[in-house]
Amino acid sequence: MTAAPIHLAGNRLMLDPAGALWWPERKLLAVADLHLEKGSASALKGNLVPPWDTRATLDRLALLIRRYTPRTILALGDSFHDADGANRLMPADATRLRAIAASHEFIWLLGNHDPLPPDGLPGTTAEWWEASGVVFRHQAGGAGPEICGHHHPKASITTRAQTITRPCFVSGPQRLMLPAFGAYTGGLDVRHPAIAKLFPRGGRAFLLGKERLFAFTLGQSAAMQSG
Amino acid sequence: MLDAAQAGETALLIAPTGGGKTLAGFLPSLVELFDRPQTGIHTLYVSPLKALGTDVARNLTAPVSEMALAVTVETRSGDTSQTRRARQKEHPPNILLTTPESLALLLSQTAAPDTFRDLRCIVVDEVHALAGTKRGDQLALCLARLATLAPAARRVGLSATVAYKDAIMAYIGCGGPVRLVEVPEGEPPQLEIRLSEDRVPWSGRMGLASAAVILDRIRAAGMTIVFVNTRAQGELLFQALWKLNEETLPIALHHGSLDIAQRRRVEAAMSRGDLRAVVATSSLDLGIDWGGVDQVIQVGAPKGVSRLLQRVGRSNHRMDVASRAILVPANRFEVLECEAAVQGVAARELDGDPPRPGGLDVLAQHILLMAAADPFLPDDLFAEITRAGPYSDLTRATFEDVLSFVEDGGYALAAYDRYRKLFRDAEGRVEIRSDRIARLARMNIGTIVEMPLLKVRLAGQRGGSLGELEESFATMLTPGDTFMFAGRLLRFQRIRETTVECLEGGKGEPMVPAYAGGKYPLTSNLAARVRAMLHDPASWSVFPGQVRDWLALQQERSTLPGPDDLLVEVFPRNGRWYTVAYCFEGRNAHQTLGMLLTRRMERAGLAPLGFVATDYVIAVWSANEPGDTATLFQEDMLGDDLEAWMAESSMLRRTFRNVAVIAGLVDRQQPGADRTRRQVTVNTDLIYDVLRRHQPDHILLRATRADAATGLTDVGRLAAMLARVQGKVRTVRLSRVSPLAVPVLLDIGREFVRNEEDEDALLAETEALVAEAKGEAEPSQEPMRVHPVHRANLAIMTRRDRRREAPPVAWSALNQSSRRP
Repeated sequence: MTAAPIHLAGNRLMLDPAGALWWPERKLLAVADLHLEKGSASALKGNLVPPWDTRATLDRLALLIRRYTPRTILALGDSFHDADGANRLMPADATRLRAIAASHEFIWLLGNHDPLPPDGLPGTTAEWWEASGVVFRHQAGGAGPEICGHHHPKASITTRAQTITRPCFVSGPQRLMLPAFGAYTGGLDVRHPAIAKLFPRGGRAFLLGKERLFAFTLGQSAAMQSG
Repeated sequence: MLDAAQAGETALLIAPTGGGKTLAGFLPSLVELFDRPQTGIHTLYVSPLKALGTDVARNLTAPVSEMALAVTVETRSGDTSQTRRARQKEHPPNILLTTPESLALLLSQTAAPDTFRDLRCIVVDEVHALAGTKRGDQLALCLARLATLAPAARRVGLSATVAYKDAIMAYIGCGGPVRLVEVPEGEPPQLEIRLSEDRVPWSGRMGLASAAVILDRIRAAGMTIVFVNTRAQGELLFQALWKLNEETLPIALHHGSLDIAQRRRVEAAMSRGDLRAVVATSSLDLGIDWGGVDQVIQVGAPKGVSRLLQRVGRSNHRMDVASRAILVPANRFEVLECEAAVQGVAARELDGDPPRPGGLDVLAQHILLMAAADPFLPDDLFAEITRAGPYSDLTRATFEDVLSFVEDGGYALAAYDRYRKLFRDAEGRVEIRSDRIARLARMNIGTIVEMPLLKVRLAGQRGGSLGELEESFATMLTPGDTFMFAGRLLRFQRIRETTVECLEGGKGEPMVPAYAGGKYPLTSNLAARVRAMLHDPASWSVFPGQVRDWLALQQERSTLPGPDDLLVEVFPRNGRWYTVAYCFEGRNAHQTLGMLLTRRMERAGLAPLGFVATDYVIAVWSANEPGDTATLFQEDMLGDDLEAWMAESSMLRRTFRNVAVIAGLVDRQQPGADRTRRQVTVNTDLIYDVLRRHQPDHILLRATRADAATGLTDVGRLAAMLARVQGKVRTVRLSRVSPLAVPVLLDIGREFVRNEEDEDALLAETEALVAEAKGEAEPSQEPMRVHPVHRANLAIMTRRDRRREAPPVAWSALNQSSRRP
């Protein structure tokens, strides 16, 4: 696993191929859109999809915690798929999540899917959080340098053989958007106006790969044709 | 047939197309209704095509009104209006003509027992086209339910001639006896093979070089159907014909992606006799009898005798006159295949796969629908289901697994007790949780899962809909790209919501959308005939000189594949070693073999670099020379390697998606759903990954593997071939490419990868190329590598020759009707 460095407001940030952000100077790990308990939310609506999504997401988070040993963990909103999600956690998952949250400085940012602070889980809750001139918030909207989630960006690259679609980071001069980290989260193409308008001066998409990221300028996505 | 009807017996009528068999099925019903008029549904007619029902209704209404019978005849399908449905509920017609999906919906209503109380007869048309498909599985389950609701009703199956009569009889029999009525064959069809005079192409599958020959034959006949194998081939051939069509003979295009109104216009023009030819895909294989078709031209490989007979039968629906058909092979191997097909037709050697066991995803859908209709006892439902032909071998344990999936997901982790869809009462009867769940189940009825599709529309206010494109193709277009669709040259503008907006005309090399699926492999019987002909130079006299020379040269330079062995050629070329195996087992099986061979060669240190598969041959190339080729083809490759590859392959993901939708695990993607909402629906690929990791034996994964084994991976056929050739692998080492290997080598570069490892490699390569082009990186010193592990990826597009200018957008009256004043 090779993380890729980028700079935002003079800060050196590392993009991890697993879809998380590592800020070495602050020992901070950020993940966006965990959408925990999306499986049970679907089940509630009548689609009995497999119930292991929360466990799978926590497994991946635990790997990152082992790799980086962060002091602070920041969840960029939509941590639960809905407001009642935390109440539906299976006991084993709830215990595990509580342990992670209690043993770190855990910051839960609020998202549109979970506008209330998580029930009975350790950590602090906030609309946004700022450090060294960078604002973290769920949905992009500020003028200054910010780090956001919400849109679940993905990008398609046409290679000589086929078009490949992957979740991705999107990075511009003023903004970094994280891919969704949750096991059942789909994506929105970076060319969709909802994302494109947030990067008016262009930017780069970093597609997630097994061992590393693959970087393309935004215009190349799905337009790039190689011989 | 009348005998069987009077005795109340279930019967299967097998007749070649054009025997008037559909109306024969109705005669007893009309007689009964005349003798004993009744209210309610007396006869139910089910066919795979809505249009067939409409046509039969039209043909029945005439005699009914002429004879002044008090018999009501109506159709019902997905298109039937709400008011008409309500009226049908109030006053059901005596004869109801419908489709499997609409029947499933009727049976899921709580009123179903009343609706079918007086049912006396069920006519199933085109049984051969339904048995063995998921729609057929659904209909079989519905027939079993009808047998419970109306035990006195007899069934009448109408089928074309098939290879597997017993399976079709079991299908119509629902566990009971069936009287078989066979109509003797009519005149054998007259088949001839035609090629463009100058040159027999080495490779290619489009047959465009023969456009002039095809046009000549169209000119010489009244009305022709030109059958092709893929929609892309249809678009290309249509253009090629119009480029030569100086007399502007009315030639139209018909395929499954065209706008439905457009297809209806073409069909109407055909029945009026306004057309001279229609270029068509399998969208015209079934359907209404077009009386006026004088000849059929099959362009490209026929793939199977039964399939060819079905197509040839579209011409001349009269028993006493022979159908006429012309086969136009697109390359040299196809010349052999066409000749084999002609002999197969003469020998009446029907082929195709025997119907496979019923799908468990369809069963899951059915169980939920039955619970929506009425609470049931599992014992009763199991007994009913196993009367359905495709499910007669279903074990109780598997049934319980499917039931448990429908109840609460059937997961090892008992997490969803709160959300169960079914619950059991004190007597063990299974009930549905709520009306809402029942409503959702009815909305998800059906077994056809479309790839995500986008509408194609001409920009501007008057722009009409041209049809639909697969989203995967549409999203890779950039503004200004040109592509061929609906017989036009279009310039892509943008995607808005679920619509692809285009302008007419454009420059540059147009792309042709290709579509997943619809590519049939060569049947085993036909392959056996091709092998036998290859081995027997005495039979070559029927071939054109170039083909004879080609085979003779092969005999001289290498050797010919025997009727029963496996010929493997090994030769160096451009610093690589090529291993070419003449398996003749069809593309799907060869793709699977290619995957497994490369894995094995990798382990043997041969450094495989890639492979390509055709219907006849598999070619693998590697950095090192393979030594012991017999070991490469040992049967044990179907063990762990197969498991490992299958699990990762995107084919299985695609299959899982279909299974998940049919089984009701996720809802159908509603057309027109907002693209930003897609983030919220759960992606089936992600579900697949989670399920595979945590419960690999889950019933839906079992259903997925079963589907893949008979479908895209064709593992069964591969296994049979490997078993057959053990100890008979004949290796020939050559200093250069053999004549027979040339076609497959020309195919290299058309077939490509899809596998997670390789995706990363492709992304890295593309990233590096871009950086190089922009001067951000030094040019790579490494030669470009085609990556080792390939899998069946349907090439997303085929490129056309750049030098040809874009053809004019004039076309037939039909294909430009939206622009007429």
